[in-house]
Amino acid sequence: MSLRIVVTVKYVPDATGDRHFADDLTVDRDDVDGLLSELDEYAVEQALQIAEDADDAEVTVLTVGPEDAKDALRKALSMGADKAIHVEDDDLHGTDAIGTSLVLAKAVEKAGYDLVISGMASTDGTMGVVPALLAERLGVPQVTLLSEVSVEDGTVKGRRDGDAASEQLEASLPAVVSVTDQSGEARYPSFKGIMAAKKKPVESWDLGDLDVDAEEIGLEGAWTKVDSATERPARTAGTIVKDEGEGGKQLAEFLASQKFI
Amino acid sequence: MAEVLVYVDHVDGAVRKPTLELLTLARRVGEPVAVALGNGAGDTAATLAEHGAVKVLTHEAAEYADYLVVPKVDALQAAVEAVSPAAVLVPSSAEGKEIAARLALRIGSGIITDAVDLEAGDEGPVATQSAFAASYTTKSRVSKGTPVITVKPNSAAVEAAPAAGAVEALAVTFSDQATGTKVTGRTPRESTGRPELTEAAIVVSGGRGVNGADNFSIIEALADSLGAAVGASRAAVDAGWYPHTNQVGQTGKSVSPQLYIANGISGAIQHRAGMQTSKTIVAVNKDPEAPIFDLVDYGVVGDLFDVVPQLTDEVKTRKG
Repeated sequence: MSLRIVVTVKYVPDATGDRHFADDLTVDRDDVDGLLSELDEYAVEQALQIAEDADDAEVTVLTVGPEDAKDALRKALSMGADKAIHVEDDDLHGTDAIGTSLVLAKAVEKAGYDLVISGMASTDGTMGVVPALLAERLGVPQVTLLSEVSVEDGTVKGRRDGDAASEQLEASLPAVVSVTDQSGEARYPSFKGIMAAKKKPVESWDLGDLDVDAEEIGLEGAWTKVDSATERPARTAGTIVKDEGEGGKQLAEFLASQKFI
Repeated sequence: MAEVLVYVDHVDGAVRKPTLELLTLARRVGEPVAVALGNGAGDTAATLAEHGAVKVLTHEAAEYADYLVVPKVDALQAAVEAVSPAAVLVPSSAEGKEIAARLALRIGSGIITDAVDLEAGDEGPVATQSAFAASYTTKSRVSKGTPVITVKPNSAAVEAAPAAGAVEALAVTFSDQATGTKVTGRTPRESTGRPELTEAAIVVSGGRGVNGADNFSIIEALADSLGAAVGASRAAVDAGWYPHTNQVGQTGKSVSPQLYIANGISGAIQHRAGMQTSKTIVAVNKDPEAPIFDLVDYGVVGDLFDVVPQLTDEVKTRKG
C-alpha cells in the first residue's frame, strides 16, 4: 500500500526583507516579497527522501494562505513533491496558530495521510507549536524536532536533540513529524523539476470544503489578541575604535566601566 | 488572590533558573502554584518555596521520561482542573512550548509563546514579545479561556520571596495518547562546566572570522575568564567548528544576556534575530562595514586573534 505523506508548508515574508505589521496588527504581506519558509524546505526534503526509500509513496504538499501562497507550493513541487493542496479563503485572514492547526487538521484528514511532516517553526511567527497542535487534533503521535528521521514497516524513528539530552524516539504510523534545519540540506529544484512542476495538480479548497466555520478562524476567531506592535528604536550609536595594538585593553576598560569586570 | 500555575523545568529535582524567573513574573499576576513532574519532583519544593510558590503539586511516574510530551500535558491539564488558575506559565523551551500548546488546545484557551515580559492587566496578563528578528515589540493577551503563556529565559530577575510551598500530590490519569511516542534512548549532553547558553548573564560568540574549530579555544578562554557561555554563528556551526546546540540565531538559540560579545561575526539578520535583545552588545571584527557594528555599544575594528587574547589577559588581570 502506498505511503501517503503530507508536508505542511507556509508562505512567509522574506526574513531578509524589511518586515512590518499591517494596520490590523497582522503580518504585512503586501510590502515585502514572500516565499516558501526556509525551515519548511527541510520538511519537503525529508518527505522526498522517505518517499524515495519507500516502495510506493506519494508526497502531497499542503498550505493554508493567500493567493500568492501558490508560489510556496510551486517551489515544493519543483523540488519533487507529487501534488499540492491550497486552502484559501478570505475568512482566513488573521488566523492564529490554534485556528491554523484546525484548518490543517481538517485538510490533512480530507487528503488522507500516513505521515505528516512539518518544519520546526515558521520564519515569521516562529512559535513552533503547529506540529504539536496538529498531533493533538488528529489524535496521533507527535515525533517532533527531529535531526534524523526514518520510516520503516509502519514505524517512524528519529533523533531529537534537546538542551539536556539527545533522545531516540519511536512511534507507529500515522504520526506527525517535524524536522529541524539539522536534518539535511534541502535540494535545489532542477530545471527538469521546475518544468515538471508546471504540470502537477494543485487543488484549491475553501473553508466550506473543510467544514470549518468562519467563527472558528480569522482575526475575530483568534484566541489571542495583539494590542500593540511598536518598532524597536534603533540602538543608539556606540563607540567604535580601531585596534592599534591596544584594542583588547580598550575593550576591557569599557567592560569595567559597565561593571562587567 | 487568584492562583497561577507554573510548570517546573527540573533535572532530577534540581530546578532550572528559568522556572525561578517564572515565579517572579507569576507573583505579578497571582499566587504561584508550581507543578513538578517526574523523577525528583518532590525535591524541588524547598527551592520553589524560597522563590514564592505557595503550593507545589507533584507527581512522579516513569511515563514522564519514557514518552514524549503528552504525559506532561495530561498532568498539567489535571492541575488546571484541580486549581482553576488565572493563568498557566511555562518556560519557553522547545518542549515547554509543545506542552503549553497542547494544553491550551485541550482546555480551550489561547496561547502566547516566547514572552519576554509579563504584567497584570484589566483583561488578564499582558505579554510582551519580540517579533521579526526583534525589530518589533508587541503586547498581546489571551482573549479566550485561561491564558497559557510561555516565557523566555532571562525575562525577569530571580527573587527570593519565601512562601509556604506546601507539597501536595497531584492525581493524574494518563490519556490514550500518552504512550504514543516512545523514548527508546537518551544520551545526556556532556557538561562543559559553562553556564547554559540561554540562561547565561554573559555570552561570548564566535563566527566565520574564527576560521577553524581549533581556534574556538580563544573564544572559550575569553568566555571562561568572564564566567560566560559560548555561542556560535550559523556560519561557524555549518562549517562544523562548533556544535549546533551552541548556535545563536533564528534557527538556533535566542539569547538575551546582560552582555553579548560577538567575535568575527558579521551580524546577518539570521544572527541578529537571536541576540538583538541583549542589554549590552560588544563586537570585534576586521571589517569596519560589518552590520554587527550598527548594534554595538562598543566595537573594535581589528583582528580577533590580536584583540581577544589581549582582552582575556586584561580581564584575568583585573579580576586578580
